[in-house]
Amino acid sequence: MLQFVLRRLAMLVATLVAASFVIYGALYLAPGSPIATLTGGRTPPPEVLLALETRYHLNEPFLVRYWLWLKAAVSGDLGESIPLHEPVATLIGERVGVTASLVLLTSLIILFVGIGLGIIGGLRRGGVDNAVLLSSTISAALPSFAAAVVLQFVVGVKLGWLPVLGTGTGFSDSVKHLILPAIALASTSVALVTRVTRSAVMEEMGKEHVQTALSRGLPYPGLIRRHVLRNAAIPITTVAGLTIASLIALAAIVETAFGLNGLGAYLVQAAMNKDFAVVQGISLVLVAAFVITNVVIDILYAVLDPRVQLGSRAQ
Amino acid sequence: MTSLLQVRDLTVQLKIGADLREVLTTVNLEIAAGEAMGLVGESGSGKSMTAKAIARLLPDGATVSGSITFDGVDVLALSGADLRAHRAQVAVVFQDPRAHINPVRRIDDFMGESLRILSDVSKEEASRRAADALEEVGIDNPAKRLRQYPHELSGGMLQRVMIATALLSEPRLLLADECTTALDVTTQAEVMAIMDELRRDRGLSMLFITHDLELAGAVCDRTCVMYAGQVVETRAASVLHGDPLHPYSAALVDARPDINSTADRLLAIPGRPLSAFEAPSGCRFAPRCGYSTDDCTSHEQEWLELAGGQVRCGRAAELRGTLRGGAHV
Repeated sequence: MLQFVLRRLAMLVATLVAASFVIYGALYLAPGSPIATLTGGRTPPPEVLLALETRYHLNEPFLVRYWLWLKAAVSGDLGESIPLHEPVATLIGERVGVTASLVLLTSLIILFVGIGLGIIGGLRRGGVDNAVLLSSTISAALPSFAAAVVLQFVVGVKLGWLPVLGTGTGFSDSVKHLILPAIALASTSVALVTRVTRSAVMEEMGKEHVQTALSRGLPYPGLIRRHVLRNAAIPITTVAGLTIASLIALAAIVETAFGLNGLGAYLVQAAMNKDFAVVQGISLVLVAAFVITNVVIDILYAVLDPRVQLGSRAQ
Repeated sequence: MTSLLQVRDLTVQLKIGADLREVLTTVNLEIAAGEAMGLVGESGSGKSMTAKAIARLLPDGATVSGSITFDGVDVLALSGADLRAHRAQVAVVFQDPRAHINPVRRIDDFMGESLRILSDVSKEEASRRAADALEEVGIDNPAKRLRQYPHELSGGMLQRVMIATALLSEPRLLLADECTTALDVTTQAEVMAIMDELRRDRGLSMLFITHDLELAGAVCDRTCVMYAGQVVETRAASVLHGDPLHPYSAALVDARPDINSTADRLLAIPGRPLSAFEAPSGCRFAPRCGYSTDDCTSHEQEWLELAGGQVRCGRAAELRGTLRGGAHV
C-alpha cells in the first residue's frame, strides 16, 4: 500500500513538472506582452523598457526563464503579478478558499443527490425510475452558465430566498452565497453521476452473486447494501471522482456568473490582463488539485476492489 | 416414505419482452427426506428453472401455476420473512462459483454471512465454523483461505467453498445446479465425492441437476428425465440405465458411448432439442421419436405409474424392454 501511494506521488510530481512546462510554454507563445498591459499600450522610453524587461527576466531565453520560474515555484514563490505588484502566492491564497468551498459544496450535492437518485432509480422500476431518468436528462442538458442565470432569476430575484452575487462575510453568510453557485455547478455533473450510479446498481442487481445472496434468505436491505451498493461503489467512485476533479476547472464559469472572488474567475480575468505570473500560478494550482484528486481516486479504487493489484506497476 | 418436497403440475411462464414464454409444463417431482434426486436433460429442458422455482428465485414477471410443497408448506404462497426462511432451508450450489461469490468480499465474510445475519452467531464463531467446514471439504490451511478473496482461489477450490458454505447453514434440501460442470474432470470427481459424502452424513435431501446421466445414476437414488419443459420419466437411478421407460430416456442412455466397447458411430438423437414454448401439442418428443404414432401427436400424454416409476408416454408399457440399442433411430 505504502509503495503504491509513493509511486502515485512520484507520478504526481512528474505530471506537475510536465504541466508546468506546458503552461509556461503556452503563455510564452501567446500573443501580446505584459509590458504593453503595464504601460497601457503606450511605448515606454527604452531605459524604462529595459528596466522592466530585466526586472521580469523578459529578455532571458525561454528555458532560462522557465527554470528560474520553476525553481522559485518549488520554494512557494510563484512570482509577482505585473499589474498589481503583489506576490502571486498571496493573490491565490486570498481566493483559494472560495473556490475550495464552492467545489466542496458542489461535490457534496453531486454525491448525495447523484448517488441517491441513482440508487433509487436503479432499484425501482417504473414511475420512479422514469422520473429519475427524466430529471437527469433535463439537468444534463442544462449547462452551468444557463443554470446560473435561471437560478439567479428565479430563486434570487423572484423569490428572494438567496443572494445572487458576491462572496459574503462570516460562515453562514458565505455558505448562503455559495448555495446557488454550487447548484448551478452541480447541475450538469450530477446527471452523469446519477446515470452511472443507476446503471451500476442495475447491473449489480443482475449479477449472479446477488442471486446467491438472495438464495441464502438474507434480508433485503442488508443484501442491497453489502452486495449491490458495495460492488456498485467501484464504477461510481471512478465517475464521481473524475467529475469532482473536473469541477475545479469548471468553477471559473460559475464564479464569474455569481461574482465570486474565486480562483477560476480570477484566472479568466488575469488571462485577459496578460498577467502571466498569475495565470501560471493559478493553472499550476488547478493542475495540482486535479492530479491529487485523481491520486485519491486511485487509492480509493484499490481499497474498494481487492482485484486491483496494489503491488503491480501502474500501466 | 414421506416426501420433503412435492412439486405438482408446476407450469412456469417467463416474461420475455412483451410476451410470456412457457418454460415448464406440468412438472411433477417428489423428493423424500434424505433422498437424492437426479434431474437430467438437454440444455433448455427446464432443469435450472425447476430448481429456481423451488428456491423461489424465478425472475420478476414469471407466472407460476401448480403447487410446490416443502415440508408441508406451500412454497408459492410465501413472502417476506417466511420466504427468506424457506430460502435458508434450501441451499443452492450454483454452476459457476466465480460468478456466484461476491468478488469484493473475503471468503470468511461470504461463508459466515448467513450464520452471522440469520442465526445471530458471533463473528469469531462464524469464522471458526467456516474453517471447520473448509477442512471438511478438503481445503488445507483454512485460516489462510478465509482471509483470501475469491479471485485468489482456483475454480475447484471455490466450488468447495460454495459447497461448504451451503452446508454451513444446515439446510434441509440441497439444490446442486450443474455444480461440477465448470470444473475439470479430476476436480469434478473430487468435488462430487466430497459433496456426496457430506450429504449422506447429514441425511440431506438433494436435487442434483446434471447433463450426465451416469453421474446422476451414481450419486442419486432416483433420476428424473426432463424434455422440453416436462418431466418425461422418473425412475430409480439403478434401473433407469438398464430399463428405461420413455423412448427419450432410452435414447439418452444410448447416446452415451460405452467405455467397454468401441463404436463406429455415436448414437445421436435426430433433430434438435426443443424449448417448452416451441414444443408441439401431444407428446413433445414425438417429432424425434422412432416409436411415435398418430396417437402420440394428437393426444397430450398422461403421467403414468409404471414399474415403480412414472413416465409420460402412452406406449411405455407396450414398448418396455425393447427401447435400448438404437431402435429409435
